[in-house]
Amino acid sequence: MIPAPFDYVAPSSVDDAVRALAEAGEDAKVIAGGQSLLPVLRMRLAAPTTVVDLGRIPELRGVRDDGDALVIGAMTTHYDVQRDPLLAEHALLLVKATDTVADPQVRHRGTFGGSLAHADPAGDLLAPALALDAEMVIAGQDGRRTVAAADFFQDFFTTAMAPEEILVEVRVPKHTGWHAHYEKFNRVAQAWSMVAVAAAVRTEGGRIAEARVGLTNMASVPVRARGVEQALVGQEATPEAIRAAAEHAAEGTSPTVDGNADVEYRQQLARVLTGRAITAAMAG
Amino acid sequence: MRITVTVDGTRYTDDVEPRTLLVHYLREQLGKVGTVVGCDTSNCGACTVHLDGHSVKSCSVLAVQADGCEVTTVEGLARDGTLHPVQQAFHDNHALQCGFCTPGMIMQSIDLLADNPDPDEQAVREGIEGNLCRCTGYQNIIRAVQDAAHHMRPGAGPEAERVAGGDQSAAGRAASSVGGGGE
Ligand SMILES: Cc1cc2nc3c(=O)[nH]c(=O)nc-3n(C[C@H](O)[C@H](O)[C@H](O)COP(=O)(O)OP(=O)(O)OC[C@H]3O[C@@H](n4cnc5c(N)ncnc54)[C@H](O)[C@@H]3O)c2cc1C
Ligand code: FES
Ligand code: FES
Repeated sequence: MIPAPFDYVAPSSVDDAVRALAEAGEDAKVIAGGQSLLPVLRMRLAAPTTVVDLGRIPELRGVRDDGDALVIGAMTTHYDVQRDPLLAEHALLLVKATDTVADPQVRHRGTFGGSLAHADPAGDLLAPALALDAEMVIAGQDGRRTVAAADFFQDFFTTAMAPEEILVEVRVPKHTGWHAHYEKFNRVAQAWSMVAVAAAVRTEGGRIAEARVGLTNMASVPVRARGVEQALVGQEATPEAIRAAAEHAAEGTSPTVDGNADVEYRQQLARVLTGRAITAAMAG
Repeated sequence: MRITVTVDGTRYTDDVEPRTLLVHYLREQLGKVGTVVGCDTSNCGACTVHLDGHSVKSCSVLAVQADGCEVTTVEGLARDGTLHPVQQAFHDNHALQCGFCTPGMIMQSIDLLADNPDPDEQAVREGIEGNLCRCTGYQNIIRAVQDAAHHMRPGAGPEAERVAGGDQSAAGRAASSVGGGGE
């Protein structure tokens, strides 16, 4: 199908984009890579009056080193994330998760910021961003503000951003030398995660010194598996220790039930995938 | 809105509605009906073209987003009656039955070979993950891609262009990123 008619603007700076959004009012929508938005417009599940394209704003693209953090421009594509040397060195978990997103064509267009702003609970980049304590830099009429990932994701497809705000960039504290893996469970090619686990581990003298574990699609928002993180600290990464820690993965979760999986099935997946994710991270 | 797009080596300037999808612009305004639409959900990949040298699903790009860009469709691959090596390999390996997925499969296979000139079977399967085929069971498609890789050695991109004697200096990453000759 063809989307309903809309006005289109393609500003060349963040300030102009914020102004365009404010002028267009409630029914305006930002387009980034369009890989989630265009299917929605084609199905006419949404009909914005104005579409503001962020694709012509160079400052929103690319990854830069900012001391103890990396800064990822919201419009950096999945494809560029997969190949970025800074991310591979300091935030490997994001690269591993991005490798599992969609298919090559979608990764050429889809963006890091678009995925986070879209806030689909099955989206693969939310849990890694949460696990690595990322911060979102948001621009609005009154300037810029920073929101921690834990506060950014609020509900299904709902973030802390107001409709007239734009996600500009994401600050990710460096996790240099951490082992990382993203274990995703889906049943067919290019499908979204039924459940997935993002794990990053730092070792010191043969033992796990720190661990970060994030869960995809175990709630309306990404969640941290704190019980697993705590159980891993101080342990040698033996199969027994990993298995014991992974038992904590589903604690306190109340995942959504849908046609694919009920609560118990999802919780079992969370435990099994957590074990696999940590094992694979340590092996990598 | 007025846009200027180079498609298969020819530059076009046209007025389009903002809501026009790139695939509809190609098919209905330019008559490039080699690129087809197979779904409403961005899943099937039948509409795959190259946008500035990278594969995209042209049903999931607005024509206005392609303003100033270079597009290559399956119609822009053959040169003077000679098929692109990937087209030839699909023919030689019987990599199609109904053929509806083929334009997208070929465009995505060329993209894959530009990134990975010598993919193993698993790499081919993952590289064409965004393209669905309801007929072949994929076996012959995978054979064709590997056969094409063999014929396109050493480098997929520029080598493939040489078939056509296209403009080498402008050759980008993907084998088809130069429209060839038209400009
Ligand atoms: C076939 C298919 C399979 C997919 N599979 C997966 C998968 O397995 N895992 C996965 O994680 N994703 C998957 N996706 C989604 C893909 O990752 C998208 O790229 C992503 O969800 C949205 O990014 P985008 O840049 O395309 O955003 P768009 O589609 O342009 O925008 C999405 C939403 O976010 C808003 N938005 C975008 N950018 C900003 C910004 N900077 N500031 C404020 N608001 C903004 C838009 O207004 C819109 O509401 C799939 C998509 C397709 C088509
Ligand atoms: S028509 Fe199916 S992905 Fe474009
Ligand atoms: S040959 Fe019929 S869909 Fe692929």
